[in-house]
Amino acid sequence: MRGPHDVGGTPTGPVDTDPHKMTFWEKQIDAIHTLLGDEKRHITTRDENRYAIESLGHDAYARLTYYERWTAAMAAQLVRKGVVTQDEIDAKVAEIKQRLEETGEIE
Amino acid sequence: MSTALEAAFKEGQRVRVREDYPPGHIRTPFYIRGKVGHVVKALGEFRNPERLGLGLDGSPKKTLYKVRFQQADVWPNYNGPVHDSVDIDIYQHWLEKA
Repeated sequence: MRGPHDVGGTPTGPVDTDPHKMTFWEKQIDAIHTLLGDEKRHITTRDENRYAIESLGHDAYARLTYYERWTAAMAAQLVRKGVVTQDEIDAKVAEIKQRLEETGEIE
Repeated sequence: MSTALEAAFKEGQRVRVREDYPPGHIRTPFYIRGKVGHVVKALGEFRNPERLGLGLDGSPKKTLYKVRFQQADVWPNYNGPVHDSVDIDIYQHWLEKA
């Protein structure tokens, strides 16, 4: 089974090779990823997260940006390992969404 | 290099990549499976990413090789320069004598 990441040799459109700056949230995700695997926590590793990204499925993999994939994979692993529950993540997302709506940062 | 895992393939030796499609965290690119190249060098021993991907400790370590393939052997109807090649790092358990 060919994973969604393993695209070498398959037809594609033009490739965007412009360098782009990382946004703040992307840096945060990168930092959290490192912290989850550090000597103190040992919650997950780079290899496990790669496998989790490859396991997101073709649709999600195509739809998500690079760091969105990291985020989805990390969330899936934290739930699978019992560090947080999906309900806790959903509740936190709802709380943040409401706060941002109140401040007008999102519609 | 330790003697525990002596390199099974020598520089210059022709090798074929296993034509296998198992599930899991596989670092051997899909497009190179079943293709024949030659060993450029043994790169050392590393923890097995297929087991690391499952949250295991990656033992036993596997020897990693730099393997060179002629592009004409990799792609059907390749029409670039005849000497074009591609180097890929491949673990020993994905290689067999060709």
